[in-house]
Amino acid sequence: MMLEVRDLHALYGKSHILQGVDLAVDEGEIVSLLGRNGVGRSTACKAIMGLVPPVGQIRFKGRSIAGLRPDQIAHAGIGYVPEDRQVFPSLTVKQNLELGLKRAGVFGRWKFDDVFALFPNLGERRDNPAGVLSGGEQQMLTMCRTLMGDPDLVIIDEPTEGLAPRLVEQVGRLLDEIARRGTAILLVEQKLTIALKISHRLYVMGHGRIVFSGSPAELTANTAIRKEWLEV
Amino acid sequence: MEVFVVSLLNGLVYGMLLFMLASGLTLILSMMGVLNFAHASAYMLGAYFAYTISLYVGFWPALIVAPVLCGLVGAAIEMWGLRRVHRHGHIAELLFTFGVALIIEKAVQMTWGLLPVPYRVPELLDFPLFRIYGTQFPAYRAFMLLISALMFGAIWLGLTRTRVGLVIQAALTHPDMASALGHNVPRIFTLVFAAGTALAGLAGVIGGNYQVTEPAMAFTMGPIVFVVVVFGGLGSLTGCFIASILMGLIQTFAVVFDVSLADLLAKFGITVTASTPFAEILTVTLPRIGALLPFLMMVLILVFRPRGLMGTRDT
Repeated sequence: MMLEVRDLHALYGKSHILQGVDLAVDEGEIVSLLGRNGVGRSTACKAIMGLVPPVGQIRFKGRSIAGLRPDQIAHAGIGYVPEDRQVFPSLTVKQNLELGLKRAGVFGRWKFDDVFALFPNLGERRDNPAGVLSGGEQQMLTMCRTLMGDPDLVIIDEPTEGLAPRLVEQVGRLLDEIARRGTAILLVEQKLTIALKISHRLYVMGHGRIVFSGSPAELTANTAIRKEWLEV
Repeated sequence: MEVFVVSLLNGLVYGMLLFMLASGLTLILSMMGVLNFAHASAYMLGAYFAYTISLYVGFWPALIVAPVLCGLVGAAIEMWGLRRVHRHGHIAELLFTFGVALIIEKAVQMTWGLLPVPYRVPELLDFPLFRIYGTQFPAYRAFMLLISALMFGAIWLGLTRTRVGLVIQAALTHPDMASALGHNVPRIFTLVFAAGTALAGLAGVIGGNYQVTEPAMAFTMGPIVFVVVVFGGLGSLTGCFIASILMGLIQTFAVVFDVSLADLLAKFGITVTASTPFAEILTVTLPRIGALLPFLMMVLILVFRPRGLMGTRDT
């Protein structure tokens, strides 16, 4: 396994958000992390990325990354797309993408033109400040910015939240394209349909731990889990 | 009229000097959330370093060496002090920088004494550049204006045209995101802190002989710089620039116009005498209110526009 998380705990002040999470993602795999709001999915992402101090084991490509700084983890090959679309508002679209590069002028699987071909809107507005983009455009920019750094695994937190159906479809296409280029994805989602369609494997989280792990077919068959942990 | 032109130039000189101090402080505050009480101490250190260096090798080497020394002091404070204290929250940071400011003040008193030191304008620039309607404008003030304009240009180019500048801008709004993209944000913090203190040091080098180089200079300059930062708004260098110039002009003009409310009332035919109600307040002249104006502006802007002039987030 490329990413292996064992018995991961995380605390925010006195509340124990993660209470022993185990999960794994292999090379080129698409894995979804499902669950209701507030069960700790975003915290799990942040803990893996080093943005929240993790307690437990996190190994990436055989090397322990728990306790490293976020930029060191990024250089190890993990990309992170936060749920709240943190574009750099004063910088232009192109500058935002440039900052996705780990070294100036060093490109990997993604180049500026790939992004602009997939999302012509971003191409047209490449010299506009990112702060004036629409919510959907900001979401695409945030994802593409992380991809510019050519991660081997990209953690994407709720990319479709609050997007119109047409834009959700665009996110879906981008996820397909990421997978096609051989990048593994750890996707945090609430929309079960998308997750079931694109994932190789799924995890369901509840109250700070993993309550289900299996294939899309297994989750579809398991009504009890869906009722208890996913459906509203 | 001549009073107006000269005051305008003087206000500009003072405003640009403020900007050199405030730009560093606003970057440090916006990026790291550190309200750096020791920032004006770097200004004082710059002046004293320049004084001592200029005793041996003259003013011009001091112009370069003193800010560099200040920058090194800043980097050391950030790496070995602030970064450790940072974990314990903002109150701890605030107290830490306050402590550093006091230490620097006492150290300066111990080294250079309690009295002002004779740090003077270099002879090369000690002549009146031109006269407007009989009032002289010293060449040294033009030099100050030139240096601060050059610095402004350099900061602007550095922030908008270099990759490090882009990362700094990115870290101003979303430091976590910048770091998750692979940028070493702690190193950027040290860099900004060092550059900010170096800039404050430079302001001290060129301002110390324009004003007075004495151990209290940090504590007289400090509050004004805070006002500029709050007034301009967090995260905005443009706002900081406008606020600096505005504050420079206000303080200069307030000293020049010797008027009071009583004079204003006199225009309407009302004479204020000692027996008029509120005579004490009505006869206060503008120069006496001058020192109060910046703080009044800060309080008002906090009440009515908490983000400051052009700030991107709440103070």
